Amino acid sequence: MNNLGLIIQREYLERVRKKSFIVTTLLMPVFMIILMGAPAAIMLLNTPEHNKIGIVDNSGVVLQHLQSNEIYEFIPITGNPQDKVDEGEIDGYIIIPSDIGKTSSPVLTLYMNNAIPLDLQSSLSSQINNIIENDKLLTYNIQNLPEIMDAVKTNVRINEVRLDKDEGESLASNLSFLIGMFMSFLLYMFLIMYGQMVMTSIIEEKNNRVLELVVSSVNPNQLMFGKITGIGLVAITQIIIWGVIMAFVSTLLMPAILPDDVLYQVSQMRSGSLDMAQVDNYDTLNAISMLTNVGFIIQLFLWLILFLVGGFLLYAAMFAAVGSAVDNIQDASQLQSFILIPIIIALIVSVSIGNAPNSALAVWLSMIPFTSPMVMMSRIPAGIELWQPWVSAIILYASFIFMVWFAGKIYRIGIFMYGKKPNVKDLIKWARYK
Amino acid sequence: MLQIQNVSKSYSGHQALTDVSFNVPEGGIYGLLGPNGAGKTTLIRIINHITAPDTGQILFDGHSLTQNDVVNIGYLPEERGLYKKMKVGEQALFFARLKGMSKNDALSELKKWFEKFEISDWWNKKVEELSKGMAQKIQFIVTVLHNPRLLIFDEPFSGFDPINANLLKEEMLKLRDNGTTIIFSTHNMNSVETLCDNITLINKSRNILSGNVDEIRREQGAGRIALSFKGNENKLLDAIGTDVISYDVVVPDKNVTDGITNLVLKLKPDVSFQEIISLANNIVELESFSRALPSMDEIFINAVKSANQNE
Repeated sequence: MNNLGLIIQREYLERVRKKSFIVTTLLMPVFMIILMGAPAAIMLLNTPEHNKIGIVDNSGVVLQHLQSNEIYEFIPITGNPQDKVDEGEIDGYIIIPSDIGKTSSPVLTLYMNNAIPLDLQSSLSSQINNIIENDKLLTYNIQNLPEIMDAVKTNVRINEVRLDKDEGESLASNLSFLIGMFMSFLLYMFLIMYGQMVMTSIIEEKNNRVLELVVSSVNPNQLMFGKITGIGLVAITQIIIWGVIMAFVSTLLMPAILPDDVLYQVSQMRSGSLDMAQVDNYDTLNAISMLTNVGFIIQLFLWLILFLVGGFLLYAAMFAAVGSAVDNIQDASQLQSFILIPIIIALIVSVSIGNAPNSALAVWLSMIPFTSPMVMMSRIPAGIELWQPWVSAIILYASFIFMVWFAGKIYRIGIFMYGKKPNVKDLIKWARYK
Repeated sequence: MLQIQNVSKSYSGHQALTDVSFNVPEGGIYGLLGPNGAGKTTLIRIINHITAPDTGQILFDGHSLTQNDVVNIGYLPEERGLYKKMKVGEQALFFARLKGMSKNDALSELKKWFEKFEISDWWNKKVEELSKGMAQKIQFIVTVLHNPRLLIFDEPFSGFDPINANLLKEEMLKLRDNGTTIIFSTHNMNSVETLCDNITLINKSRNILSGNVDEIRREQGAGRIALSFKGNENKLLDAIGTDVISYDVVVPDKNVTDGITNLVLKLKPDVSFQEIISLANNIVELESFSRALPSMDEIFINAVKSANQNE
């Protein structure tokens, strides 16, 4: 095995064998599963309980036409309704006065043992309105009234369509925004966490003087590149383990915990045969459909890895240059801020462009290498033209090669500089040495 | 084996090496001496192919030194360091393989050395669990394990207790006897006298003295005579001074034990030993006389002093 391979192997094994690595790698997906399972769980929890509503019908017209559904069951009661509530036979009651058809705007009172569900009030009042109206119409003795009624019956539903998006029909824009945010935050976390790992590891080597021994066998650039690669492979290992766990969950676990009728609706939605008029939880279904779509997840995942690797290599090279220049982590903070600022800007932009993934700012920042990994990852789920991420990736990898070359020039001088705290000017001067 | 040719190197305005040249012959121990900050470590780094000289070149076996030559070099840096969290055996294996050894060769060689130093039970310990002296032993093994043809020790005796320092010295001599060329830098002039065949003295980035230790001592000792006698030394010194002969009393060597005075004189070039002895014989009772070779300490101090005065 050549020396670069040995360095990579050492850096990699040292980290993946650590208990802290194993623990975070396994615990993080649990956290993510909770996050992902939330829409499904909310849907399950949202199924309302069965309510029994007692009806005291003094008019004799309303009760026979009231339609119960799986949530509300209307049952006729006699006697003192309050007693029935106390006995737990019913959850609430309403008294319909005998003169209800004679007043123009009668006021009824619904007594409930617990909070009155919002839609109960409206559905009950619209049902009663319809019944009374029908009853009044009947008194006019119109011919073929039932046929006329059927013919004029309309049922208007309103679906939401976003106009500020190019794709237009995407109802799932909120979800893709969330996924984009999530991935760009993941990148932010990885770039800083693993970038700083490169930096502290170099400072450590410099501090305990093992560096001199290593560079007597390996050329400094090889050491730096081997370290970056080794640590980068740790990051990839972690994200692949997470990806596999998430893919496993979305393909196996989600179908197992979701109710069958939801799954049926999801599969109908995918094949395009879902009757939109029949569902009122379209967004949730869409979310589940997206999250259980393996192809979609794999595609996102591959983009994520492409930009994670490129972004990591670019930033790790800069962190390496800073690490080589200083003696301890305290001294690094000033130089480090030059690296952290673009990362933080990229995160802020990723969040703020969520609703306008094709704005000029978003497109430009997703091409400029320092911000491109995160900004591009927040745009991809929204569905953008395919050439954009590819061009962005090519620019990113090209600038990484330049950055490694530049950082290497600082590194080979920096690792032998002890004692004084360098500034950016010093670093540039070092880079110019022969 | 190693030729240093007109090597210069500067760091951010500071001149670390100025036109340094010398040859290290195959075999034997070569001392690299000099005050702190003279540029020894910079030179050692250049020989190790860690940094490149600004001008000049290093020839290894007659060809320009390249990265491929480092497998033939073993280096013990002045500031010792190992990966603290890494296990001893794994770490030694890592460094051996960086020097181009195969895994199996490295393992069998390591076993030998660990048995020799009776430290086989350290194999699975982390370096941070070891004492400083223990870590130094590991570091020494790491340096010599791959049987390099050239060994470079930077201040090898600093930080070793006397027992381990002696062990190290013995190992160095054994390695020399097996034909390994050793370069070592030190402040400890006693070890130079007992170990080194040749030296180079670097002061303020320049090579101010180079050559064979015995020859240097003989050269620097020319005209020096050590006298042991009973009698009045002032009378003797007066006689020498007022007579044809000039003298220098080398004060540190003047002492009196059992009524015998020891005196080291440095004679002017045109004065012979015979003259001084016959003169002294008449004034004091001579016990012994001999050519007084200067210690490396003196040579070091004098050379540095005169070099600094010449500036």
